[in-house]
Amino acid sequence: MLYEVTIDDQTYRLELVRYEEGWKCRLDGNEVEVNGVLARQDVLSLLIDGNAYEIKRERTPTGIYLSLGSRRYSAEVRDPRSLRGRRRRGDDDQGLKKLLAPMPGIVVRLLLHENAQVEVGQGVLVVEAMKMQNEVQSPKKGVVQKILVDVGAAVNAGDVLAIVE
Amino acid sequence: MFRKILIANRGEIAVRILRACRELGIRSVAVYSEADRAAMHVLSADEAYPIGPALAAESYLNMANILHAAKLSGADAIHPGYGFLSENAKFAQACADARVKFIGPSPASMERLGSKTRARQQMERAGIVVVPGSSRGLHSKEQAAEVAAKIGYPVMLKAAAGGGGKGMRLVEDARQLGSAFETAQSEALRAFGDGEVYLEKAILNPRHIEMQVLADEHGNTVYLGERECSVQRRHQKVLEEAPSPRVDHDLRRRMGEAAVRVAQTGGYSNAGTVEFLVDQDRQFYFLEMNTRLQVEHPVTELVTGLDLVHLQIRIAAQEKLPFGQHDIRLRGHAIECRIYAEDPDNNYFPSPGKISLLVEPSGPGIRHDSGIYEDWTVPSEYDPLLAKLIGYGSDRAQAVARLERALGEYFVGGIKTNLSLFRRILGDADFRAGKIDTGYLGRLLETARSNPDSQPAAIAAIAAGWFAMLDSQAAASGNGSRASTGDASLSGWKRAARFEGVSRIDLGSGRSSHSS
Repeated sequence: MLYEVTIDDQTYRLELVRYEEGWKCRLDGNEVEVNGVLARQDVLSLLIDGNAYEIKRERTPTGIYLSLGSRRYSAEVRDPRSLRGRRRRGDDDQGLKKLLAPMPGIVVRLLLHENAQVEVGQGVLVVEAMKMQNEVQSPKKGVVQKILVDVGAAVNAGDVLAIVE
Repeated sequence: MFRKILIANRGEIAVRILRACRELGIRSVAVYSEADRAAMHVLSADEAYPIGPALAAESYLNMANILHAAKLSGADAIHPGYGFLSENAKFAQACADARVKFIGPSPASMERLGSKTRARQQMERAGIVVVPGSSRGLHSKEQAAEVAAKIGYPVMLKAAAGGGGKGMRLVEDARQLGSAFETAQSEALRAFGDGEVYLEKAILNPRHIEMQVLADEHGNTVYLGERECSVQRRHQKVLEEAPSPRVDHDLRRRMGEAAVRVAQTGGYSNAGTVEFLVDQDRQFYFLEMNTRLQVEHPVTELVTGLDLVHLQIRIAAQEKLPFGQHDIRLRGHAIECRIYAEDPDNNYFPSPGKISLLVEPSGPGIRHDSGIYEDWTVPSEYDPLLAKLIGYGSDRAQAVARLERALGEYFVGGIKTNLSLFRRILGDADFRAGKIDTGYLGRLLETARSNPDSQPAAIAAIAAGWFAMLDSQAAASGNGSRASTGDASLSGWKRAARFEGVSRIDLGSGRSSHSS
């Protein structure tokens, strides 16, 4: 099986090949012997080179996170065969990115309008919950294609607020 | 002894109290708001009664509803826990009027010691050193300015009805006092229903050291050793320990005896805590008394070997203290972390929501007082304290090592918690050396975080792929487990395609069929 995996900002090409004794793994072309077993739902034990790693997965409205030791990474897994269009080196992270509400709240402010340019990490709108305000930021550089909510709208965790292309 | 105790609280403390009831053979009655129907204390209690909507004011603070539940259940005593109605003299009186024993002090001693200004007045009468300041509420900013000028800046403006670190304001010089006074008054009125404000000298970077006292209803009062509670964020305790690294045998005796005098002066019974500020010269000053069981009581339990909730219940049942001051020995060291549903990367914003995964620590020297379980949804209406993790060892270093080890085992998925904060504190050289004061955590949080000990992201990449592979295997094999539905990166059509192989069992006919 072939995957394109993005951990935080870094993307890897991962191949998992079934063989008699288990799975062989090729990470960015380098072969790694991996012994893996799912201990319980969302908890994975990997033995690599004699080292034991316990990885926990969280599936949240804003994406998937993997925790290893005290580190927490955002993770995205894509099947490269389903990619639309070509990806050229040096391009911005391609495809439409949805901005999701991280928690239930009310949209209090739109920081940008549709068709505005946006940088990585730039705030697009502000959601208020429990008397504190939370800036929802763009994960990529691009253009605000669409804003799907008005000021005053009540949103739930996971609701799509805007789309950046 | 009581047959049945109603616990007028929720979360981890309600669970802790009902455990004590079970250990004593007493039936436990839980009360719950609409948001807490599936909360751990409701699941675990012997009986449970609803007391109103989610909002605390309409449920856990609703005296009438709670007393009604007591009547329905036939409870002969009520344990108020901490917070909520635990220091409400009116509630204690209402319990007495309803012939239900309130497990705590009398309403009169609560009033005497609970108002911060009245308590200060009593301490002065009893010859106990208080933080220099005004012992009566200030009625104008001019009077405040006069008092402040006399005791010297910086000063701390405080709400007489406040507590738990709330309603305090530091004023550095005379120019700030006028507006600070007016703001403090209106804030106090809004938060506590009482705008009375007083002043104290602000002691620079003191240590907050409190003394646990216990008194039966026959006049016997003892002190059970101190707790160091200086690790605070915005005046809220975050980590506590017993004993204090700063307190030697002699200081303990002097503070303990002062605390006992405070309790006796106020006619106190049951469990309580006298808070002191200790300055850099190890001078201690009475700050306030908390007329209830405190969040951090486990560290005292571990170093004394006593069960404070058992003792509270026994005292309320008119038993005499089964020991004297000379019987109390401190042994070992205990440190407690308050685990909150908060996001340390977003200004400690509360983080309610569903706990998707919970891995709890255990093993030598670990005590975990928790009110959460996997798949439970943390409600947003209450203080987000999830659990307390306590490490105990034969000395402070061992307690720290055990707690660090346990923090490494602890995982909460689905919501944010402040677990990473404790890893930082316990790894910090000053904390490990016991060099802490009330300014410590503020200083630590201002320094840049050192790069976390990170496993290479490559391991995470392999894990991500592995999970995805397992998900697709699970879907293909048709067991329809949750693992196969969660991968957010799969497009809708792809997810549907994966389910082609899933059998559907028609519950009516018991026949199975394939979806097309």
